Amino acid sequence: MSPEAKGQTMGKDAKDMQDFKLTVSSSPHVRCTETIPKIMWNVVAALVPAAAFGVYYFGISALVNIIVAIVSAVVFEFLWEKMMHKKITITDGSAVITGLLLAMTCPPTLPWWMSIIGSFLAIIVCKQSMGGLGYNLFNPAHVGRAGLMVSWPVAMTTWTQVNGTVVDGVAGATPLNILKHGGHDAVLQLFGNDPGTMYQSLFFGFRNGSLGETSTVLLVLGGLYLIYKGYINWQAPVVMIATVGVLTWIFGGVSFGTGLFSGDPLFHMMAGGLIIGAFFMITDMVTAPITLKGQIIFAFGAGLITVLIRLLGGYPEGVCYSILLMNALTPLIDRLVKPAVFGEVKTKGAK
Amino acid sequence: MSLWKVFSRGIIEENPYFVLALSLCPGLAVTTSVVNGLTMGLTVWFVITSNNVVVSIIRKTINKKVRVPVYITCIATIVTCVQLFLQAYAPDLYKALGVYLDLVVVFAIILARAESIASKNGIVVSFLDGMGMGVGFTIAMIVISVVRELFGNGTLLGIPMFGPTYQPALILALPPGAFMLIGFLMAGLKMWNESREKAKQLKGSEG
Repeated sequence: MSPEAKGQTMGKDAKDMQDFKLTVSSSPHVRCTETIPKIMWNVVAALVPAAAFGVYYFGISALVNIIVAIVSAVVFEFLWEKMMHKKITITDGSAVITGLLLAMTCPPTLPWWMSIIGSFLAIIVCKQSMGGLGYNLFNPAHVGRAGLMVSWPVAMTTWTQVNGTVVDGVAGATPLNILKHGGHDAVLQLFGNDPGTMYQSLFFGFRNGSLGETSTVLLVLGGLYLIYKGYINWQAPVVMIATVGVLTWIFGGVSFGTGLFSGDPLFHMMAGGLIIGAFFMITDMVTAPITLKGQIIFAFGAGLITVLIRLLGGYPEGVCYSILLMNALTPLIDRLVKPAVFGEVKTKGAK
Repeated sequence: MSLWKVFSRGIIEENPYFVLALSLCPGLAVTTSVVNGLTMGLTVWFVITSNNVVVSIIRKTINKKVRVPVYITCIATIVTCVQLFLQAYAPDLYKALGVYLDLVVVFAIILARAESIASKNGIVVSFLDGMGMGVGFTIAMIVISVVRELFGNGTLLGIPMFGPTYQPALILALPPGAFMLIGFLMAGLKMWNESREKAKQLKGSEG
């Protein structure tokens, strides 16, 4: 936006611009045609298909969880801003996204009151106590999930038996869980010893897992929509997913005694929360680095830590923790890849 | 400053834990149950008061260059007394507090009061300051440990409060939960202190 255009807008509705200023994070500034609410509601729209699939597949308890998480997130945001005499920003959709993402990364059978506590952790502890949208260091939805995971590990790892109308005989654990404890053969057995069925189930989402993370195809479509709209770049998700794929291909088989280059990258790329994390979490404008180079480093690190946790750690899944850890490194990455100031001359050897 | 002010400032205005933010580690480590938190609070209360009195008595004979080792020696002596006492009369508590009892020796708040108050003031002021700081610290320990035991374990003083169906929030029993709790308590107390300060100023400008 040119300075003249800015001046004109300021003259036309100065109040709007002032409101706008308050919610903007650091540079680069969002262009004037794209407001925060517009972007946020578009992200919500991109998430809706996968969430709807979760409701269709896991049943009514999934819907209850989504509604409870969204409503409580919005209410907490409203109450805090009211209490702190801040501008009420519940209509910009950011709290809705946080609630929706929280519900989508938790088991569909989670007790409803735990969803409320997760929203509290996400909105009050992670976001508002740091200063609100644009100031939070960590991804709010993942902070909520991590807090719940630490507090109620049993409820957070109890996966439902699917109601049977869609797919019969799905065991009560996620594919990654089975991989961790039973090895690759046990996973194959789950899908009738047919790799084709397995990939198909993982691709379309007919498997156990968190509410909105199961359907790879719908999440990718949502992500592609955001890329098409220009809200996220394609490099970060691709780098993260590719990192996980390559590393699990090389090292995935080692723990099962089949040596290097025997892992199953397709399985690892589609199982767990990788897809939702790669398209909707690491592309968060607030908690990811600003420059493209920084975002690629961020995505690579997130993928690397995910693989480390999946293959060597105690948890079957590591997307949530890997993204939180990289969130903590974001300021350092930003400093590392700081672009040259316009007009700066590079001097040899000078530091 | 009146003697009452010397005593009372440690409770809220200059609460050693929430306002001065000194010696935060016991709040994370030993406040998982009210009994442990209370014992830690009372221990610090006793140590800080006795140490203030001792340092105040010997303040004129201490060579300024070696004052910190002298203070630490005094604190270590008093802490050892407390340890022996607990070991004799409450061995379970002694075990539960473990290494954190030894760590009382190096609590910043105790050394800070010795350095800033006891080494410059008479016995009465030093004693009252230690009492006030001790009360403030004990209150902080109790507040934190009540919340942590109640929600992190579902009990209060070991008695179940919510019935058998309650699923405790383990995060509060772990250090990260304590960190968040302490942060919010600090923020709350700061808000309260500021609003009181403002009210006082308004009163002053009117009168």
